[in-house]
Amino acid sequence: MRGYTFKSGEELLSLCRGNSMTISDVMRAREAEESERASEAINSEMQKNLEVMRTSVGEGLTGELKSVSGLTGGDAALLMARAERVSLSGSETLRAVASSMAVAEVNASMGRIVAAPTAGASGILPGVLFECAGRFGWSDGELISGLFTAGAVGMLIAMNASLSGAEGGCQAETGSAAAMAAAALTELSGGTPEQALTAAAIAIKNILGLVCDPVAGLVECPCIKRNALGAANALIAADMALAGIKSLIPFDEMVSAMRAVGRSISPDLRETARGGCAATATGKEIMRQMKLEGGE
Amino acid sequence: MQSYGVFDIIGPRMVGPSSSHTAGATRIGRMAGKIAGNDIKKASVTLYGSFATTGPGHGTDKAVIAGILGCEPDDPRLRYAMLLAKEADVEVSISYSDEPSDHPNTARIEIESGDGKKTFVTGASVGGGSILITEVNGMDVEFSGEYPTLIVRHNDQPGVINMVTLILSKENINVAFMRVFRHAKRSDACMVIETDTPVNDRVCQLIKDWCEPVTEVMAI
Repeated sequence: MRGYTFKSGEELLSLCRGNSMTISDVMRAREAEESERASEAINSEMQKNLEVMRTSVGEGLTGELKSVSGLTGGDAALLMARAERVSLSGSETLRAVASSMAVAEVNASMGRIVAAPTAGASGILPGVLFECAGRFGWSDGELISGLFTAGAVGMLIAMNASLSGAEGGCQAETGSAAAMAAAALTELSGGTPEQALTAAAIAIKNILGLVCDPVAGLVECPCIKRNALGAANALIAADMALAGIKSLIPFDEMVSAMRAVGRSISPDLRETARGGCAATATGKEIMRQMKLEGGE
Repeated sequence: MQSYGVFDIIGPRMVGPSSSHTAGATRIGRMAGKIAGNDIKKASVTLYGSFATTGPGHGTDKAVIAGILGCEPDDPRLRYAMLLAKEADVEVSISYSDEPSDHPNTARIEIESGDGKKTFVTGASVGGGSILITEVNGMDVEFSGEYPTLIVRHNDQPGVINMVTLILSKENINVAFMRVFRHAKRSDACMVIETDTPVNDRVCQLIKDWCEPVTEVMAI
Protein backbone atom coordinates (compact mmCIF):
# COMPACT_ATOMS: atom_id res chain seq x y z
CA MET A 1 0.00 0.00 0.00
CA ARG A 2 1.41 3.33 -1.00
CA GLY A 3 1.37 6.29 1.35
CA TYR A 4 -1.09 8.55 -0.45
CA THR A 5 -3.55 6.07 -1.94
CA PHE A 6 -7.21 6.89 -1.36
CA LYS A 7 -10.40 5.46 -2.77
CA SER A 8 -13.05 7.46 -0.93
CA GLY A 9 -13.62 10.95 0.36
CA GLU A 10 -13.26 9.64 3.92
CA GLU A 11 -9.84 8.15 3.15
CA LEU A 12 -8.80 11.40 1.48
CA LEU A 13 -9.86 13.44 4.51
CA SER A 14 -8.02 11.15 6.89
CA LEU A 15 -4.82 11.57 4.82
CA CYS A 16 -5.34 15.36 5.00
CA ARG A 17 -5.85 15.26 8.76
CA GLY A 18 -3.03 12.79 9.44
CA ASN A 19 -0.44 14.79 7.49
CA SER A 20 -1.84 18.31 8.01
CA MET A 21 -2.19 18.61 4.26
CA THR A 22 -4.73 20.19 1.92
CA ILE A 23 -6.57 18.08 -0.67
CA SER A 24 -4.33 19.49 -3.41
CA ASP A 25 -1.20 18.54 -1.40
CA VAL A 26 -2.41 14.94 -1.06
CA MET A 27 -3.42 14.70 -4.72
CA ARG A 28 -0.04 16.03 -5.84
CA ALA A 29 1.77 13.57 -3.57
CA ARG A 30 -0.40 10.72 -4.84
CA GLU A 31 0.31 11.64 -8.47
CA ALA A 32 4.07 11.77 -7.81
CA GLU A 33 3.86 8.33 -6.20
CA GLU A 34 1.71 6.70 -8.89
CA SER A 35 3.44 8.20 -11.93
CA GLU A 36 6.95 8.08 -10.42
CA ARG A 37 7.53 11.60 -11.72
CA ALA A 38 9.03 14.56 -9.88
CA SER A 39 6.52 17.04 -8.53
CA GLU A 40 8.07 19.83 -10.69
CA ALA A 41 7.24 17.82 -13.82
CA ILE A 42 3.70 17.25 -12.61
CA ASN A 43 3.27 20.93 -11.80
CA SER A 44 4.57 22.04 -15.18
CA GLU A 45 2.22 19.62 -16.95
CA MET A 46 -0.67 21.14 -14.98
CA GLN A 47 0.59 24.63 -15.84
CA LYS A 48 0.15 23.70 -19.52
CA ASN A 49 -3.46 22.78 -18.83
CA LEU A 50 -3.96 26.09 -17.02
CA GLU A 51 -2.58 28.03 -20.01
CA VAL A 52 -4.92 26.31 -22.46
CA MET A 53 -7.83 27.00 -20.08
CA ARG A 54 -6.90 30.69 -19.86
CA THR A 55 -6.64 31.03 -23.65
CA SER A 56 -9.97 29.28 -24.17
CA VAL A 57 -11.81 31.72 -21.86
CA GLY A 58 -10.37 34.70 -23.76
CA GLU A 59 -11.07 33.18 -27.17
CA GLY A 60 -14.68 32.42 -26.30
CA LEU A 61 -15.41 35.93 -25.04
CA THR A 62 -14.49 37.59 -28.33
CA GLY A 63 -17.99 36.67 -29.53
CA GLU A 64 -16.68 35.81 -32.98
CA LEU A 65 -16.96 32.03 -32.83
CA LYS A 66 -19.62 29.91 -34.49
CA SER A 67 -19.97 26.21 -33.79
CA VAL A 68 -19.12 23.71 -36.53
CA SER A 69 -22.83 23.03 -37.03
CA GLY A 70 -23.65 26.75 -37.07
CA LEU A 71 -26.25 26.24 -34.32
CA THR A 72 -24.52 28.12 -31.50
CA GLY A 73 -21.94 30.79 -30.70
CA GLY A 74 -21.74 34.33 -29.38
CA ASP A 75 -23.92 33.85 -26.29
CA ALA A 76 -21.04 34.10 -23.83
CA ALA A 77 -20.17 37.56 -25.17
CA LEU A 78 -23.81 38.67 -24.88
CA LEU A 79 -23.95 37.55 -21.27
CA MET A 80 -20.61 39.18 -20.45
CA ALA A 81 -21.87 42.48 -21.87
CA ARG A 82 -24.89 42.29 -19.56
CA ALA A 83 -22.66 41.39 -16.59
CA GLU A 84 -20.74 44.62 -17.18
CA ARG A 85 -23.95 46.74 -17.26
CA VAL A 86 -26.61 45.42 -14.95
CA SER A 87 -27.73 41.98 -13.88
CA LEU A 88 -30.03 40.12 -11.58
CA SER A 89 -27.50 37.52 -10.48
CA GLY A 90 -24.68 39.97 -9.72
CA SER A 91 -21.84 40.89 -12.02
CA GLU A 92 -19.25 38.58 -10.37
CA THR A 93 -21.44 35.49 -10.66
CA LEU A 94 -22.48 36.39 -14.17
CA ARG A 95 -18.90 36.97 -15.30
CA ALA A 96 -17.95 33.46 -14.11
CA VAL A 97 -21.03 32.01 -15.80
CA ALA A 98 -20.26 33.83 -19.07
CA SER A 99 -16.64 32.66 -18.93
CA SER A 100 -17.78 29.06 -18.53
CA MET A 101 -20.08 29.39 -21.52
CA ALA A 102 -17.20 30.95 -23.44
CA VAL A 103 -15.09 27.80 -23.09
CA ALA A 104 -18.04 25.57 -23.98
CA GLU A 105 -18.52 27.67 -27.14
CA VAL A 106 -14.83 27.35 -27.99
CA ASN A 107 -15.23 23.59 -27.64
CA ALA A 108 -18.23 23.57 -30.01
CA SER A 109 -16.27 25.58 -32.60
CA MET A 110 -13.39 23.08 -32.79
CA GLY A 111 -11.24 25.24 -30.55
CA ARG A 112 -8.69 23.95 -28.06
CA ILE A 113 -9.88 23.19 -24.52
CA VAL A 114 -8.92 21.01 -21.55
CA ALA A 115 -11.37 18.19 -20.83
CA ALA A 116 -12.32 18.83 -17.18
CA PRO A 117 -13.48 16.18 -16.65
CA THR A 118 -14.94 15.91 -20.19
CA ALA A 119 -14.99 18.13 -23.27
CA GLY A 120 -18.73 18.69 -22.87
CA ALA A 121 -18.26 20.05 -19.33
CA SER A 122 -14.95 21.80 -20.01
CA GLY A 123 -16.20 25.35 -19.29
CA ILE A 124 -17.08 25.13 -15.61
CA LEU A 125 -13.66 24.88 -13.95
CA PRO A 126 -11.84 27.54 -16.00
CA GLY A 127 -14.86 29.85 -15.92
CA VAL A 128 -15.12 30.06 -12.13
CA LEU A 129 -11.38 29.79 -11.41
CA PHE A 130 -10.25 32.67 -13.61
CA GLU A 131 -13.11 34.96 -12.61
CA CYS A 132 -12.38 34.45 -8.90
CA ALA A 133 -8.61 34.68 -9.49
CA GLY A 134 -9.18 38.16 -10.91
CA ARG A 135 -11.09 39.24 -7.83
CA PHE A 136 -9.06 37.57 -5.09
CA GLY A 137 -5.62 37.82 -6.68
CA TRP A 138 -5.00 34.06 -6.83
CA SER A 139 -1.63 33.30 -8.41
CA ASP A 140 -1.08 30.69 -11.12
CA GLY A 141 0.48 28.51 -8.42
CA GLU A 142 -2.72 28.69 -6.40
CA LEU A 143 -4.87 28.00 -9.47
CA ILE A 144 -2.74 24.93 -10.20
CA SER A 145 -3.40 23.73 -6.65
CA GLY A 146 -7.09 24.28 -7.34
CA LEU A 147 -6.84 22.01 -10.37
CA PHE A 148 -5.29 19.27 -8.23
CA THR A 149 -8.13 19.60 -5.70
CA ALA A 150 -10.65 19.43 -8.55
CA GLY A 151 -8.76 16.43 -9.92
CA ALA A 152 -9.06 14.61 -6.58
CA VAL A 153 -12.84 15.08 -6.49
CA GLY A 154 -13.19 14.08 -10.16
CA MET A 155 -11.08 11.00 -9.56
CA LEU A 156 -13.23 9.90 -6.63
CA ILE A 157 -16.35 10.27 -8.79
CA ALA A 158 -14.69 8.36 -11.66
CA MET A 159 -13.73 5.53 -9.28
CA ASN A 160 -17.03 5.28 -7.45
CA ALA A 161 -19.58 6.46 -10.04
CA SER A 162 -18.89 7.76 -13.57
CA LEU A 163 -17.82 10.88 -15.46
CA SER A 164 -19.46 9.85 -18.72
CA GLY A 165 -22.79 11.16 -19.97
CA ALA A 166 -23.41 7.87 -21.76
CA GLU A 167 -23.14 6.02 -18.44
CA GLY A 168 -24.46 8.49 -15.90
CA GLY A 169 -26.26 11.32 -17.70
CA CYS A 170 -25.36 15.00 -17.50
CA GLN A 171 -25.04 14.80 -13.71
CA ALA A 172 -21.88 12.76 -14.40
CA GLU A 173 -20.44 15.48 -16.66
CA THR A 174 -21.50 19.01 -15.68
CA GLY A 175 -22.48 17.77 -12.20
CA SER A 176 -19.03 16.33 -11.61
CA ALA A 177 -17.38 19.43 -13.05
CA ALA A 178 -19.42 21.62 -10.68
CA ALA A 179 -18.49 19.43 -7.70
CA MET A 180 -14.82 19.57 -8.71
CA ALA A 181 -14.93 23.34 -9.13
CA ALA A 182 -16.80 23.83 -5.85
CA ALA A 183 -14.11 21.92 -3.95
CA ALA A 184 -11.33 23.90 -5.66
CA LEU A 185 -12.99 27.25 -4.89
CA THR A 186 -13.50 26.25 -1.27
CA GLU A 187 -9.88 25.25 -0.73
CA LEU A 188 -8.56 28.37 -2.51
CA SER A 189 -10.81 30.51 -0.30
CA GLY A 190 -9.21 29.05 2.82
CA GLY A 191 -11.80 26.38 3.55
CA THR A 192 -10.82 23.11 5.24
CA PRO A 193 -10.63 19.81 3.34
CA GLU A 194 -13.92 18.82 5.04
CA GLN A 195 -15.56 22.01 3.76
CA ALA A 196 -14.20 21.35 0.25
CA LEU A 197 -15.87 17.93 0.11
CA THR A 198 -19.02 19.40 1.65
CA ALA A 199 -19.11 21.89 -1.23
CA ALA A 200 -18.69 19.02 -3.70
CA ALA A 201 -21.48 17.05 -2.02
CA ILE A 202 -23.83 20.04 -2.17
CA ALA A 203 -23.05 20.64 -5.86
CA ILE A 204 -23.89 17.00 -6.66
CA LYS A 205 -27.10 17.20 -4.65
CA ASN A 206 -28.19 20.23 -6.66
CA ILE A 207 -28.12 18.46 -10.02
CA LEU A 208 -28.67 14.83 -9.06
CA GLY A 209 -30.49 13.08 -11.90
CA LEU A 210 -29.78 15.62 -14.63
CA VAL A 211 -30.13 13.85 -17.98
CA CYS A 212 -27.86 13.97 -21.04
CA ASP A 213 -30.04 14.85 -24.04
CA PRO A 214 -27.95 16.60 -26.70
CA VAL A 215 -29.93 17.92 -29.67
CA ALA A 216 -28.82 16.07 -32.83
CA GLY A 217 -26.16 14.37 -30.70
CA LEU A 218 -24.02 17.52 -30.76
CA VAL A 219 -22.17 18.97 -27.76
CA GLU A 220 -24.06 22.27 -28.03
CA CYS A 221 -27.69 22.39 -26.93
CA PRO A 222 -28.27 22.13 -23.99
CA CYS A 223 -24.58 21.52 -23.08
CA ILE A 224 -23.37 25.13 -23.36
CA LYS A 225 -26.10 26.47 -21.07
CA ARG A 226 -25.54 23.62 -18.64
CA ASN A 227 -21.93 24.75 -18.34
CA ALA A 228 -23.39 28.11 -17.33
CA LEU A 229 -25.59 26.51 -14.70
CA GLY A 230 -22.69 24.34 -13.51
CA ALA A 231 -20.59 27.45 -12.85
CA ALA A 232 -23.36 29.03 -10.77
CA ASN A 233 -23.86 25.73 -8.94
CA ALA A 234 -20.14 25.57 -8.08
CA LEU A 235 -20.04 29.14 -6.75
CA ILE A 236 -23.15 28.73 -4.63
CA ALA A 237 -22.14 25.32 -3.26
CA ALA A 238 -18.71 26.69 -2.29
CA ASP A 239 -20.23 29.73 -0.60
CA MET A 240 -22.62 27.50 1.34
CA ALA A 241 -19.79 25.28 2.60
CA LEU A 242 -17.65 28.32 3.47
CA ALA A 243 -20.58 29.80 5.37
CA GLY A 244 -20.45 26.76 7.62
CA ILE A 245 -23.45 24.94 6.14
CA LYS A 246 -23.05 21.16 6.37
CA SER A 247 -24.21 18.52 3.93
CA LEU A 248 -26.50 16.16 5.81
CA ILE A 249 -25.52 13.45 3.33
CA PRO A 250 -21.72 12.98 3.23
CA PHE A 251 -19.77 13.31 -0.05
CA ASP A 252 -19.12 9.55 -0.44
CA GLU A 253 -22.80 8.75 -0.07
CA MET A 254 -23.72 11.44 -2.61
CA VAL A 255 -21.30 9.85 -5.09
CA SER A 256 -22.94 6.45 -4.48
CA ALA A 257 -26.34 8.05 -4.99
CA MET A 258 -25.11 9.55 -8.24
CA ARG A 259 -24.00 6.14 -9.44
CA ALA A 260 -27.34 4.53 -8.54
CA VAL A 261 -29.34 7.35 -10.11
CA GLY A 262 -27.18 7.21 -13.26
CA ARG A 263 -27.94 3.53 -13.67
CA SER A 264 -31.66 4.12 -13.33
CA ILE A 265 -31.73 6.87 -15.99
CA SER A 266 -33.25 5.50 -19.20
CA PRO A 267 -30.71 4.95 -22.00
CA ASP A 268 -32.83 7.39 -24.05
CA LEU A 269 -31.56 10.09 -21.69
CA ARG A 270 -27.90 9.11 -21.66
CA GLU A 271 -26.24 10.79 -24.64
CA THR A 272 -28.19 8.86 -27.25
CA ALA A 273 -30.11 11.94 -28.46
CA ARG A 274 -33.40 10.06 -28.16
CA GLY A 275 -35.00 11.89 -25.24
CA GLY A 276 -35.34 15.22 -23.48
CA CYS A 277 -34.31 18.29 -25.48
CA ALA A 278 -33.31 16.06 -28.40
CA ALA A 279 -36.79 14.53 -28.62
CA THR A 280 -38.68 17.83 -28.79
CA ALA A 281 -40.25 18.83 -32.12
CA THR A 282 -37.53 21.46 -32.63
CA GLY A 283 -34.79 19.07 -31.55
CA LYS A 284 -35.95 16.45 -34.03
CA GLU A 285 -36.20 18.99 -36.85
CA ILE A 286 -32.60 20.13 -36.22
CA MET A 287 -31.49 16.49 -36.24
CA ARG A 288 -33.27 15.97 -39.59
CA GLN A 289 -31.54 18.97 -41.14
CA MET A 290 -28.12 17.90 -39.86
CA LYS A 291 -28.60 14.49 -41.43
CA LEU A 292 -29.49 16.10 -44.77
CA GLU A 293 -26.28 18.11 -44.68
CA GLY A 294 -24.11 15.16 -43.69
CA GLY A 295 -24.82 11.50 -44.07
CA GLU A 296 -27.41 11.21 -46.81
CA MET B 1 -11.98 -0.37 -9.34
CA GLN B 2 -10.17 1.32 -12.22
CA SER B 3 -7.19 3.50 -11.39
CA TYR B 4 -6.83 7.07 -12.60
CA GLY B 5 -4.16 9.75 -12.65
CA VAL B 6 -4.86 13.44 -12.16
CA PHE B 7 -4.36 14.10 -15.88
CA ASP B 8 -7.09 11.60 -16.79
CA ILE B 9 -9.46 13.94 -14.96
CA ILE B 10 -7.96 17.38 -15.74
CA GLY B 11 -7.09 16.70 -19.36
CA PRO B 12 -6.41 15.86 -22.05
CA ARG B 13 -5.82 19.14 -23.84
CA MET B 14 -7.78 18.67 -27.03
CA VAL B 15 -9.67 20.32 -29.84
CA GLY B 16 -13.42 19.99 -29.29
CA PRO B 17 -16.21 19.33 -29.45
CA SER B 18 -16.10 15.61 -28.69
CA SER B 19 -13.49 13.21 -27.38
CA SER B 20 -14.94 10.33 -29.41
CA HIS B 21 -16.06 12.17 -32.57
CA THR B 22 -13.17 14.67 -32.80
CA ALA B 23 -10.12 13.55 -30.76
CA GLY B 24 -10.67 9.83 -31.49
CA ALA B 25 -11.31 10.58 -35.17
CA THR B 26 -8.01 12.49 -35.35
CA ARG B 27 -6.19 9.51 -33.83
CA ILE B 28 -7.67 7.10 -36.40
CA GLY B 29 -6.52 9.43 -39.19
CA ARG B 30 -3.05 9.72 -37.65
CA MET B 31 -2.63 5.95 -37.48
CA ALA B 32 -3.67 5.63 -41.14
CA GLY B 33 -1.23 8.38 -42.13
CA LYS B 34 1.59 6.72 -40.19
CA ILE B 35 0.88 3.34 -41.75
CA ALA B 36 0.84 4.87 -45.24
CA GLY B 37 4.12 6.70 -44.60
CA ASN B 38 5.29 9.91 -46.25
CA ASP B 39 4.32 11.11 -49.68
CA ILE B 40 0.53 10.88 -49.36
CA LYS B 41 -1.18 12.05 -52.56
CA LYS B 42 -4.81 11.11 -52.06
CA ALA B 43 -7.04 10.21 -49.12
CA SER B 44 -10.61 8.97 -49.29
CA VAL B 45 -12.51 8.70 -46.01
CA THR B 46 -15.80 6.90 -45.44
CA LEU B 47 -17.63 7.54 -42.18
CA TYR B 48 -20.10 5.02 -40.72
CA GLY B 49 -22.72 4.93 -37.99
CA SER B 50 -22.77 7.87 -35.62
CA PHE B 51 -19.64 9.21 -37.36
CA ALA B 52 -21.82 9.54 -40.49
CA THR B 53 -24.92 11.00 -38.86
CA THR B 54 -23.38 13.45 -36.36
CA GLY B 55 -19.89 13.67 -37.88
CA PRO B 56 -20.39 16.92 -39.80
CA GLY B 57 -21.52 18.73 -36.63
CA HIS B 58 -18.60 17.34 -34.67
CA GLY B 59 -16.00 18.13 -37.32
CA THR B 60 -15.25 14.40 -37.63
CA ASP B 61 -14.46 14.80 -41.35
CA LYS B 62 -11.91 17.56 -40.66
CA ALA B 63 -10.48 15.65 -37.69
CA VAL B 64 -9.78 12.49 -39.73
CA ILE B 65 -8.18 14.47 -42.56
CA ALA B 66 -6.02 16.52 -40.16
CA GLY B 67 -4.95 13.26 -38.51
CA ILE B 68 -3.94 11.74 -41.85
CA LEU B 69 -1.81 14.86 -42.40
CA GLY B 70 -0.08 14.24 -39.06
CA CYS B 71 -1.97 16.52 -36.64
CA GLU B 72 -2.36 15.54 -32.98
CA PRO B 73 -5.81 15.78 -31.30
CA ASP B 74 -4.82 19.08 -29.60
CA ASP B 75 -3.63 20.79 -32.78
CA PRO B 76 -5.57 24.05 -33.23
CA ARG B 77 -5.28 23.65 -37.02
CA LEU B 78 -7.83 20.80 -36.97
CA ARG B 79 -10.64 23.11 -38.01
CA TYR B 80 -8.64 24.17 -41.09
CA ALA B 81 -7.93 20.58 -42.20
CA MET B 82 -9.24 21.08 -45.73
CA LEU B 83 -6.90 24.06 -46.17
CA LEU B 84 -3.99 22.03 -44.77
CA ALA B 85 -4.71 19.29 -47.30
CA LYS B 86 -4.70 21.81 -50.14
CA GLU B 87 -1.38 23.26 -48.94
CA ALA B 88 0.13 19.77 -48.67
CA ASP B 89 -1.21 19.00 -52.14
CA VAL B 90 -3.23 16.02 -50.89
CA GLU B 91 -6.50 15.34 -52.69
CA VAL B 92 -9.20 14.45 -50.15
CA SER B 93 -12.74 13.17 -50.34
CA ILE B 94 -15.28 12.33 -47.64
CA SER B 95 -18.31 10.12 -47.97
CA TYR B 96 -20.99 9.10 -45.51
CA SER B 97 -22.31 5.56 -45.46
CA ASP B 98 -25.48 4.21 -43.92
CA GLU B 99 -24.21 0.64 -44.14
CA PRO B 100 -23.92 -1.09 -40.76
CA SER B 101 -20.48 -1.30 -39.12
CA ASP B 102 -19.23 -3.31 -36.13
CA HIS B 103 -18.82 -0.18 -34.03
CA PRO B 104 -21.04 2.93 -34.37
CA ASN B 105 -18.07 5.32 -34.65
CA THR B 106 -16.13 3.85 -37.55
CA ALA B 107 -13.97 5.41 -40.26
CA ARG B 108 -12.51 3.60 -43.27
CA ILE B 109 -9.57 5.33 -44.92
CA GLU B 110 -7.98 4.67 -48.27
CA ILE B 111 -4.67 6.40 -48.94
CA GLU B 112 -2.79 6.57 -52.22
CA SER B 113 0.92 7.39 -52.10
CA GLY B 114 3.07 9.12 -54.71
CA ASP B 115 4.47 5.78 -55.90
CA GLY B 116 0.96 4.41 -56.46
CA LYS B 117 0.95 2.29 -53.29
CA LYS B 118 -2.47 1.97 -51.66
CA THR B 119 -3.10 1.69 -47.92
CA PHE B 120 -6.42 0.74 -46.35
CA VAL B 121 -7.10 1.33 -42.66
CA THR B 122 -10.32 0.94 -40.68
CA GLY B 123 -10.64 2.21 -37.14
CA ALA B 124 -13.29 2.77 -34.50
CA SER B 125 -13.48 5.44 -31.83
CA VAL B 126 -14.41 3.47 -28.73
CA GLY B 127 -14.96 6.24 -26.17
CA GLY B 128 -13.06 8.94 -24.31
CA GLY B 129 -10.79 9.52 -27.31
CA SER B 130 -9.48 5.93 -27.34
CA ILE B 131 -9.43 4.08 -30.64
CA LEU B 132 -9.17 0.58 -32.02
CA ILE B 133 -7.65 -0.07 -35.45
CA THR B 134 -9.54 -3.05 -36.84
CA GLU B 135 -8.19 -3.44 -40.38
CA VAL B 136 -4.91 -2.75 -42.14
CA ASN B 137 -4.64 -3.54 -45.87
CA GLY B 138 -7.32 -6.20 -45.76
CA MET B 139 -6.00 -7.90 -42.62
CA ASP B 140 -8.29 -7.99 -39.61
CA VAL B 141 -6.27 -6.68 -36.67
CA GLU B 142 -6.93 -5.09 -33.30
CA PHE B 143 -4.69 -2.50 -31.66
CA SER B 144 -5.11 0.79 -29.84
CA GLY B 145 -2.12 2.79 -31.06
CA GLU B 146 -1.30 3.71 -27.47
CA TYR B 147 1.91 1.67 -27.65
CA PRO B 148 4.55 1.40 -30.36
CA THR B 149 3.02 -1.22 -32.63
CA LEU B 150 4.71 -3.70 -34.92
CA ILE B 151 2.66 -5.35 -37.66
CA VAL B 152 4.28 -8.42 -39.17
CA ARG B 153 2.65 -10.06 -42.15
CA HIS B 154 3.71 -13.63 -42.74
CA ASN B 155 2.76 -17.07 -44.02
CA ASP B 156 1.12 -19.12 -41.30
CA GLN B 157 3.53 -21.92 -40.31
CA PRO B 158 5.12 -23.25 -37.10
CA GLY B 159 7.94 -21.24 -35.57
CA VAL B 160 7.41 -17.80 -37.12
CA ILE B 161 6.22 -16.21 -33.89
CA ASN B 162 9.22 -17.68 -32.11
CA MET B 163 11.63 -16.24 -34.68
CA VAL B 164 10.14 -12.75 -34.48
CA THR B 165 9.93 -12.62 -30.69
CA LEU B 166 13.48 -14.01 -30.40
CA ILE B 167 14.79 -11.03 -32.37
CA LEU B 168 12.78 -8.66 -30.17
CA SER B 169 14.17 -10.28 -27.02
CA LYS B 170 17.75 -10.07 -28.33
CA GLU B 171 17.13 -6.37 -28.95
CA ASN B 172 15.80 -6.01 -25.40
CA ILE B 173 12.34 -4.95 -26.61
CA ASN B 174 9.58 -5.95 -24.20
CA VAL B 175 6.25 -7.12 -25.62
CA ALA B 176 3.25 -5.55 -23.88
CA PHE B 177 0.45 -7.17 -25.93
CA MET B 178 0.46 -9.54 -28.85
CA ARG B 179 -2.21 -11.04 -31.09
CA VAL B 180 -2.04 -13.23 -34.18
CA PHE B 181 -4.63 -13.19 -36.95
CA ARG B 182 -4.93 -15.30 -40.07
CA HIS B 183 -7.18 -15.68 -43.08
CA ALA B 184 -6.99 -19.49 -43.06
CA LYS B 185 -4.70 -22.28 -41.89
CA ARG B 186 -1.26 -22.10 -43.61
CA SER B 187 -2.15 -18.94 -45.51
CA ASP B 188 -1.72 -15.18 -45.11
CA ALA B 189 -1.39 -14.26 -41.43
CA CYS B 190 -0.48 -11.26 -39.36
CA MET B 191 1.00 -10.57 -35.91
CA VAL B 192 0.26 -7.36 -34.10
CA ILE B 193 2.84 -6.75 -31.39
CA GLU B 194 2.53 -3.79 -29.05
CA THR B 195 5.83 -3.04 -27.33
CA ASP B 196 7.03 -0.87 -24.46
CA THR B 197 9.81 0.71 -26.54
CA PRO B 198 9.72 1.58 -30.27
CA VAL B 199 11.02 -0.86 -32.86
CA ASN B 200 13.42 0.90 -35.23
CA ASP B 201 14.06 0.35 -38.96
CA ARG B 202 17.15 -1.76 -38.30
CA VAL B 203 15.17 -4.25 -36.21
CA CYS B 204 12.39 -4.33 -38.82
CA GLN B 205 15.01 -5.17 -41.44
CA LEU B 206 16.46 -7.90 -39.18
CA ILE B 207 13.03 -9.51 -38.93
CA LYS B 208 12.59 -9.36 -42.71
CA ASP B 209 16.07 -10.81 -43.34
CA TRP B 210 16.01 -13.60 -40.77
CA CYS B 211 12.42 -14.80 -40.85
CA GLU B 212 11.79 -16.27 -44.26
CA PRO B 213 7.99 -16.64 -43.94
CA VAL B 214 7.67 -12.91 -43.15
CA THR B 215 6.45 -10.88 -46.11
CA GLU B 216 6.03 -7.41 -44.65
CA VAL B 217 7.06 -5.56 -41.48
CA MET B 218 5.55 -2.26 -40.41
CA ALA B 219 6.48 -0.31 -37.28
CA ILE B 220 4.05 2.39 -36.18
